[in-house]
Amino acid sequence: MAILVVAEHTNAALAPATLNVVTAAQKIGGDIHVLVAGAGCAAAAEAAAKVAGVSKVLVADNAAFAHQLPENVAPLIAELGKGYSHVLAAATTNGKNYLPRVAALLDVDQISEIIAVESADTFKRPIYAGNAIATVQSTAAVKVITVRTTGFDAAAAEGGSAAVESVAAGADAGKSSFVGEELAKSDRPELTAAKIVVSGGRGMGNGDNFKHLYALADKLGAAVGASRAAVDAGFVPNDMQVGQTGKIVAPQLYIAVGISGAIQHLAGMKDSKVIVAINKDEEAPIFQVADYGLVADLFEAVPEFEKLV
Amino acid sequence: MKVLVAVKRVVDYNVKVRVKADNSGVDLANVKMSMNPFCEIAVEEAVRLKEKGVASEIVVVTIGPNAAQEQLRTALALGADRSILVETNEELNSLAVAKLLKAVVDKEQPQLIILGKQAIDSDNNQTGQMLAALSGFAQGTFASKVEVAGDKVSVTREIDGGLQTVSLALPAIVTTDLRLNEPRYASLPNIMKAKKKPLDVVTPDALGVSTASTVKTLKVEAPAARSAGIKVKSVAELVEKLKNEAKVI
Repeated sequence: MAILVVAEHTNAALAPATLNVVTAAQKIGGDIHVLVAGAGCAAAAEAAAKVAGVSKVLVADNAAFAHQLPENVAPLIAELGKGYSHVLAAATTNGKNYLPRVAALLDVDQISEIIAVESADTFKRPIYAGNAIATVQSTAAVKVITVRTTGFDAAAAEGGSAAVESVAAGADAGKSSFVGEELAKSDRPELTAAKIVVSGGRGMGNGDNFKHLYALADKLGAAVGASRAAVDAGFVPNDMQVGQTGKIVAPQLYIAVGISGAIQHLAGMKDSKVIVAINKDEEAPIFQVADYGLVADLFEAVPEFEKLV
Repeated sequence: MKVLVAVKRVVDYNVKVRVKADNSGVDLANVKMSMNPFCEIAVEEAVRLKEKGVASEIVVVTIGPNAAQEQLRTALALGADRSILVETNEELNSLAVAKLLKAVVDKEQPQLIILGKQAIDSDNNQTGQMLAALSGFAQGTFASKVEVAGDKVSVTREIDGGLQTVSLALPAIVTTDLRLNEPRYASLPNIMKAKKKPLDVVTPDALGVSTASTVKTLKVEAPAARSAGIKVKSVAELVEKLKNEAKVI
């Protein structure tokens, strides 16, 4: 049986998260087909066809799929999914939105946010905000799974030459409509895809002080994140939040500035390769997970850091 | 308009959970239990809709052990009108919970159903979406703003890149994100009044729902601990280590 990977994309491009899901599919083993459901999504489908390890790309091009409304895409994925052993999607806000709906339509349980594949039917996933790791086994005819992208390396974006096939696309369910979106505009890399992340916490004091982090991030080519405390205090918008209830990141280098290190925050970044903590409180729990800790006033240390790199 | 709110009894969010020595699960003996934080936000949103005159009645439902009556009383003290406990001692998966909730929805016929986006124990983030599928309703997940107008509800959602607004036909399902509202505390007079509000107890069998599951947990382990590294004395030393030792910049 083959595995169906539901692509995360912007119609114009394939999102990097899809590459991590393809790797998870390779670990399960089997033919890998990628479904690109969108509107005017030919470019994303072409990109999916080039991903190493993908043998077929299914394209469902329909105005009803333009914004990934779950009422419209879930019936399509469920109908196609019946012919597969596994249906996988990234645990992004899109995947989390439509995939449980797919599972319910197929009358099977979903396994959320796997971080490891033990075998074709057994997976590991974090529970209790990452304070415990459960190993779960599924006997479902179709295993419906969301994949935590930080648990798997990205598959090579080039090297494949999969066949691209159109599928008869579904229809607008007529229950929901897209009104609008406000997307954060930034020239910096996307948080979950960045190799380096610089994050600020309550210790930043106010939103204006984040300029120090932006300056350092621009020198390093890094993304900028924040703790929940900084977001709740209104320093920065919530799409910058790293943590159990925000984004999960695992960059090569994570620099935590003025972050105490609440469990909630650690759950979102503790899989980073190298962690640096800069905090004036030497008792801060963040130092217990940091590879390199610097007890210092961040308002002196960060500008100096920026000058030295 | 009738609003149905589903809540879950979970380990209090302040408790540091421990994995049992035999790896069969998390140790819940003598641990403080509370209403799931996202469910508190769901109750609060329903109460605010009632205060605005949009909701006429708030029914709160939970699926769990007899002790989950505590969480129903909490919701009643916060402003819900009546409550239903679907009593079971089994730990159910999201699909079984969604099927039980579907049976309650069929009976109660609410126009709006509000749930937390995920429970902080199993971290599944599935039930609202599954209930929407089973009921054939539209869904507005991860809501940071909810506005009911006529036969539609406008939901602003927290998505990876920012915010998205969708318009849903009623009846619809909304799942709450952290910033939808800040839940109030129950006042003592309201806690006393809540004791007299209706609380019905039913069983999954009485609702005619099978709670069989296709997923079982084989073991639960503590995550690999990350050990603390070294303290550096200066920014210069930090940059030197990152360049030459860790080789990440």
